[in-house]
This record gives sequence, structure tokens and C-alpha cells, in this order.
Amino acid sequence: MEGMPVPAQAMFWGISLPVLVVLIQLLGLVCFSYIVARRVAPLVHGERDFRLDRPLLRLQKVVQFWLGQWKHPRYRVAGTLHLCIFAGFLILATRAFYLLIFGLSDDFAAAGAMGRVYDVVADYAATIVFLAVSAAAIRRVVFKPARYAVPERYGKGHPVDAIFLLALIALLMFSESLFEASRAAIQVQQEVTSEFLPVLSMGWVLKDILGSASLSTLWKLHLGAYLVDVLTFYFLLCYRPFGIQFHVETSLFNVYFAKLDRGTVKPVRWGVSDQQLDQVKSFGVKTFEDFTWKHMLDFYSCADCGRCSDNCPANAVGRPLSPRFLSIKARDYAFQHYPVFGSSGNGQTLIGNVYSEDEVWSCTTCGACEEECPLLIEYIDKIVDLRRGMVDDGNVPKSIQKALKALESRGNPYGKLEKKKADWTKDKEFQQTCNVSVLNGDGAAETLYFVDSITSYDDRIQAIGKATARILTASGEKFGILGAAEKDSGHDVRRFGEEMLFQALRDHNTDAIKESGVQRIVTSDPHAYNALKHDYKDLPPVEHISQVIARQVKSGKLKLNHVENGNNVYAYHDPCYLGRHNQIYDDPRDVLDAIPGLKRVEMSRCRDRSFCCGGGGLMLFYEPQENERMGVKRVQMAVEAGANVIVTACPFCMVNIEDAIKVSGMEGKMAAIDLAELVDRHIVRQSPHAAEKENELLTHASA
Amino acid sequence: MEILVCARRVPDTSENEIQLNGKGNDIERDDLVYSINEADNYAVEEALQIVAKSGGNVTVVTVGTDEDEEILRRELAMGANHGVLLSDDAFSGSDGKGIATVLKGFVQKGKYDLILTGVQAEDGGAQVGGMLAAMLDYPFASLVNSIEITDGRKLKVGREIEGGNKEMNEIDLPCVLSIQTGINEPRYVGMRGIRQAASLEVPTYGAADLGVDKASVGEAAAKVKCDDYFVPALGKGAEILQGTSEEIADKLIELMKAKGGLQ
Repeated sequence: MEGMPVPAQAMFWGISLPVLVVLIQLLGLVCFSYIVARRVAPLVHGERDFRLDRPLLRLQKVVQFWLGQWKHPRYRVAGTLHLCIFAGFLILATRAFYLLIFGLSDDFAAAGAMGRVYDVVADYAATIVFLAVSAAAIRRVVFKPARYAVPERYGKGHPVDAIFLLALIALLMFSESLFEASRAAIQVQQEVTSEFLPVLSMGWVLKDILGSASLSTLWKLHLGAYLVDVLTFYFLLCYRPFGIQFHVETSLFNVYFAKLDRGTVKPVRWGVSDQQLDQVKSFGVKTFEDFTWKHMLDFYSCADCGRCSDNCPANAVGRPLSPRFLSIKARDYAFQHYPVFGSSGNGQTLIGNVYSEDEVWSCTTCGACEEECPLLIEYIDKIVDLRRGMVDDGNVPKSIQKALKALESRGNPYGKLEKKKADWTKDKEFQQTCNVSVLNGDGAAETLYFVDSITSYDDRIQAIGKATARILTASGEKFGILGAAEKDSGHDVRRFGEEMLFQALRDHNTDAIKESGVQRIVTSDPHAYNALKHDYKDLPPVEHISQVIARQVKSGKLKLNHVENGNNVYAYHDPCYLGRHNQIYDDPRDVLDAIPGLKRVEMSRCRDRSFCCGGGGLMLFYEPQENERMGVKRVQMAVEAGANVIVTACPFCMVNIEDAIKVSGMEGKMAAIDLAELVDRHIVRQSPHAAEKENELLTHASA
Repeated sequence: MEILVCARRVPDTSENEIQLNGKGNDIERDDLVYSINEADNYAVEEALQIVAKSGGNVTVVTVGTDEDEEILRRELAMGANHGVLLSDDAFSGSDGKGIATVLKGFVQKGKYDLILTGVQAEDGGAQVGGMLAAMLDYPFASLVNSIEITDGRKLKVGREIEGGNKEMNEIDLPCVLSIQTGINEPRYVGMRGIRQAASLEVPTYGAADLGVDKASVGEAAAKVKCDDYFVPALGKGAEILQGTSEEIADKLIELMKAKGGLQ
């Protein structure tokens, strides 16, 4: 190795390279620390957020979603490119340390066979990262995937950020390979044993190209590449906290501190019990500082990949909401009001300045955005917090105010009389086939059918209630309902930000359920199911009717007839609060497949990518600004899948989809039916007389 | 500006099924839910917006019984500074003039620059505002759908004229205005506000406190008495088209053509 030039002996502007590198490193690290400290500043002002529990589960999330990049392949091309870059970065991080220290010492090297294997892997990693970032840049510049576009109403995007970042990474990879290649070329010319460069790696290609260059040129290239590499590395480090590239640093933390409990909504204030809420001065998020520190970290972590908005039904129908810009706008706000240089300003109200009212009310809380985000950024909790702030300021659309007022005085959003809540059970024809009793706490019934407002009062949806009651009867369940004692579950009251009203409804229902003495609860409404399961505490176990049916079909207690109409093609639409929020995807499908002869297809957007029908609960009272209805889009999707019957398992989906069928002129060509209704029609019953009656009734109900 | 808003508690028409009682002179009042008269709520919102801009206090007053206190608390939760209940056995059965007499007594105990009422109670006859103004000898503008504060002791108030035109009037303070719904968008009053307002003090004044002669109010003094109450029989003139959507549309077009609405 004698006569081999070593970077450590080189001089730049009269400063020896090791000293220069130490200076660059010190400067880089000082700058980076300062910038990060400034970025952390708003987090310190943020609200509390308890994210230190269940460390093992959190580590598991890190392994799956950070290290394993679990969500990335959902977008095949972009995901694969990201996987390459991410894996390459992890491998190269080790070499980065090596190269930096190499500037200081002559003999630091990865030693032994392990070291050589690592070198080969790292050389390929650099090459793959270089190719991947080049492909990513070409994709952004030439192919321009639609989801990166920035609609005018959200202001300007950050397209240069992405390209500049990719260019810097490419430069880093190139300089590293050039450093290796020039050294190898020098070694060849000096006829010493050349260091091995793996075939087809970038270094290997460059070494051949440099073969004819003079020794002094190679020597300059070698040192130049080293210096460029060091400078690029530190520039990139200090540049990252200024844009989407910051996710390189924040992603690990964002995933570790991610929300663990599906279907839940964050408390008004972490660490403040329901009883202490009366002492809280202000509810929800009104200014940026009202966000929790984790939610601020979410804003920093957003990589602007656009997957959330690409899947957001509100965005798809032209409502003024794009989850992506919920994050980007907040991050722009943070950068502007907590700048790296200069003093921090704060206290500006978000509604009217950063977000519009309609933007915040447009969300159906379907969860498609959260399901898609590779970085596990939360959106629903932020929307709910913003709504809590608006409710606290009295800033609620009039149509929703009316429904909330009715919920307060009557316990249902329609303002219907409490004493009429059980009237749907008193229909004479229905009573002949099925007797539903109102529970009085005598312990006669083991199961409570929690009906909820829409199924109790809506003429059309009552048919789902009747079907559910008949299925429970056929399954031999001893069940009853609460009748006038049942108030709205409050599921969407909570998600519309009216926390105190929700708590009043919850407390009332909790008492009523406990007094009824039941051991189990069944509901046919996924919103009620989600509320009772996640928003209420200390209740008997809750099941959705689709789970009950699946179990009873499996056990043989429920037997199903051959499908009535063999020509129908059925597509199952996953309700958001059954699917995404509660992971019940298979039970309803198993039930459908248990009906002999039933033909079933899947829509392209199904299971965890299901497309919200338009939202339930109070969303039915909201008049959104939109180009078309979500339900209309969903009906089109069913048509594209080749179905002519949409099966759902949620009363609100039924309302939205049936409306959509009507407004898109698809009556007669497309039908919607609830899973409970469909099963009820196919149950093998003992008494032929009763079945006949039922069929008559059902034909009547669906007409 | 010190603003007084006169409010009233009425059965909420959107959340009740209104049925006549056996005697046929009133509605069945069991099972009813009540709320503040809608126009009065707009008046309180307007008062709050004025005070937010130019300072002062908003007082909400109602003539009624203990049960009526709930609407005062709701308006306190909305942001009103004071709520006052005017209650006396002698007041019960008052007609519009009687209510105005009681309110006049209260107005004269304080010092208000502006008195707002709703344009009319949902179960009333739009009498009180005008009568109160006359009794106080204050200027009165009715059906107000915009208020603009000009310099000094004057307001510019607008009202809609039949046919969609708008008229602007200048009015001297102190004055009485009756407020139309739609003048603003009343803020939402949440459960949290109502809970917080539950502990606030709401003073009650009787006839003696207000210096009101008991003989001038109540059922005995009422010169207007409710005699009958009924749901009008369905008249003719309205035709309900029946059939499928297409058939209805066809019939509608036919009818419009026949009546000259479509050429």
C-alpha cells in the first residue's frame, strides 16, 4: 500500500483535510442541533399527549411500519422506489460514519471478511439508491402522478423540495462512488492491489471510465469527491428540517409514538378526567398551540406523498378538504410562526386563517387517509379537535345545530318523541312474526338489541331493525330493546365535537343498559357498535349483527336457503366503522358466501380501501359543498365491478347508497340491501306460514 | 351600549308533535319540549355582536314562571351578561298589553340604550314590542333585518319590504326594535356552556319589585282572550300530483303549459 495517497495528508487552502473535515463536521452538527432545537420549540408549547405506554407494541409498530415499510407497497411503483431508497439509506448510514472518520485517520477501515462483504453490499446499495432517486425524479418531472398536483385553493405546493432532495441524495451517492472508483483507478495505475469494486456497481462503472485519466487528475477527483461527499452530507442534514425531507429524521419517532387504539377519539385534554372537564377553560384546537405535540410531529413528518388525499372520499367528490393539506398548511404555519431565525409568534386562530369551516366539517371520519399513511399520521383526532374548538366558540352550521338541539332535548337528532322509539316493533304484520319486548330489568333477556336513532325512527331503516329482530329470534336469542330509555349512542355527536352532549348521552345509555341487566349487546349499526365498543366503558360485550350471523351460520343454528334470484351479482360495501375502524371484513363476506348460489364480486376499492358512502350520524344533516355525492361514486364503482346489488351492513350506508341510486337514475338497474335484510329473506324457517308472511312483508318494505 | 333583549319560551315546533287538548282551546302540553322563541334567539345574537363591536352589556329578560328560567340560562351560556326572570302570580294570563306593562316596569328600573324583541313569538301575535315602545314613548322599528351603529345616539336599521326590496331607517336611541330571523347566524350553545351557566344567578322580580299595578296585568286585565284553537280544515286549491317521478314531471309540465307558465 506504499505510495498510496491518503485523504488525511491532503491540504485545502492551507488547511489539512482532517482539520477541514472536523471544522465542517462541527459546523454541520452545531447548525443541525440549532435548527432541530428551533423545530422542537412549538412541540414544547403543544398540548400534552400520552404516548409512552405499551413500549413493546410500539416497537412492534416500528419494526412493521418503519423498518418494514409495511404500507409502502400499497402504491406499487412509488412504494418500491421508496423501499430501495430507505433500505439503501440504512446500509449506507454505517458507511457514512466510516467515510467521515476516514478523513481523520489513515488506518480506519472495515476489517476482515465481514467488512468486505459489507463493502460490497454498500456499493450496491449506493448504486440502487442512485438509480431509485433518479427514477423517482423522472417520475415526478416527466410522468407527474396526479396525486402530487396542488389544487389552487390549497396555495402553492412544494414541488422543488422533492426534486432538490432527490438531487442531493443522488449527488451524495455519486460522490461516494466516485471516491471509491478514483481510489481504485489510482491503485490500478500504481499497480498495487486494487480494492474490489462489485460488478455493475456505480463505482465499478466509474472506475472503468476513469481508467485513462492521469494520476494527478484521479488524485484531485478522489479528494474532491470526498469533500463533496462530506459537504453534501452535512448540507442535507441541515436542509432536511426545512421541508418534507424532515421525515427522514422524524419518521422513526412518528411511528413509535403513533396512535395504538383504532376506533377511539382522543380525550379533550390528555390527563383530564371527564369529571374535571368543567374546569377546562377552552375545548379543542383553536390555535396551533392547542394541537398536541404528537400532532405537531405529524405535521413535520408528512412527506407530501398525497396517498391520504388520493383515498379521501371528501377530496374525491370535490369537498374543500384534502388531508394532505391539513398537514402541509399546518407545517407551513409552524415554519412561518416558529422560524429557525427570528422570534416566534403565536396565537392566531386557525379557523378562517389556515383552515376554513367547511374544510373541517367536510370530513366523514371514514379513516381512509389514516389507513393509507405510511408514516401513521393521524387525521380524525385533529378534525375532531378542530370541531371541538368550533363547537366551543358556537361556530356550528345551522343544520347541525338543529340536530344537536334535538339530541339534547329528545335524545335523537330528528326531534322525535322518546315514547315513540319502540313504535317500529308495534307494526301489526311484524308483530305476528316477531315479538320484540322492551326490557324492564327483570333479567328475562340476556341480550340487548341496541337499535339507535335512525333504525328506530326512519321509515326505510326500520326494515333493518325488523330483519335484525327476526334473525335474533331465529337464532334463539332471548333479547329485548330499551325503547324510550335508549337515547342516541352519540357516536357522531362526539365526532362532531360536541363532547359534553356526547357524555350526557353516554352516561344515560350506560345507566339504562346496566339497569336492563343484560349480558350481551347486539347492534345492527356500525356507528353504535363503534361507540359502545370504544367510546363507552364497562359495558357487557358488544357485537355487530354480522358477527352474530356469521357465528350462527357456522354453528349451524341459522340455515340459509338457496339465493332467491340467481341472476343477481352482489358486491359487499364495507361500512367504515365496521371495516377500517373495527377490522370486521370477513364475517359479512362469509355470511354472503354461506347463501348457496349467491354470486359475489369485489369492488376495486374494498376492505381497508373501502370508499365512504357519504358519512353517517350527523353527517346526514350537513350540507356540504361538493361536485357530486360520495354515494354516486360508490354506485359507479359497483357498476364497474359488474354488480347489480350492493350489500351493506350499516343504516347510514343504506340511506346514502339508496339516495345515490335514485339521483344517478340507476333505479331498476342497481339495488341496495342490508346484510341483515338479505339474510332474513334466506333463513330456513320451521313454519312455512310465517315465512310466507315475512316474504310478503319484505317485498312490501323494499318496494 | 346597554342592551335589553325580551325573550320568551315556546314549545319547539320542530321537536314536538302538536296536538289539541280535549277542550280544544289549547295544545296538549304534556311531553312537549320547549326552547327560546327562534326570533328572540336571533335578537340575543344581534345584541352580542353589537356589544362585541362597541362594548356594553346584554341583559335577557322574560316574563314567566320558574320553568322559563331555562331559556335565560341558555342565553347566558350564549354570552349574555345578565338574565332576569319577571315572575308573579299576578302576571299569569296576561295578554300582549299585560306583558308589555310588566316589561315596561323592568325597563324603567334600569338604563338601556337599546331594547330588542323577536319579531314575534311562535305562539304569539307580534304585539309586545310595539306596545312596549309606545308605553315607554320610545321610537320603534319592526321587522329589522340589519343594524348598523352610526355615530352618537343613532342607529341605521334595515327591513325587508314585500317584494324583496330593502328600506333603511335612521332611528334615535333609546329605541325598541323587533328583530327578524335571518339577521345573523346565531351561535351554537353547547352542553358545556349550559352546564356552566347552571350555577349563575338569575334574579327574579315580582310586581312589587317592578312597581307594576297588579290590576293592570294578568288574566283579569286581559282584554284579548284566546277563544278557540284548531287545525284548519284542508281547503281546496292545492293539487297533489301522484304517480312515478316521470309521470309527476309530465303532469307538471302539462299543467304549467295549460296555465301559461311554459310557452
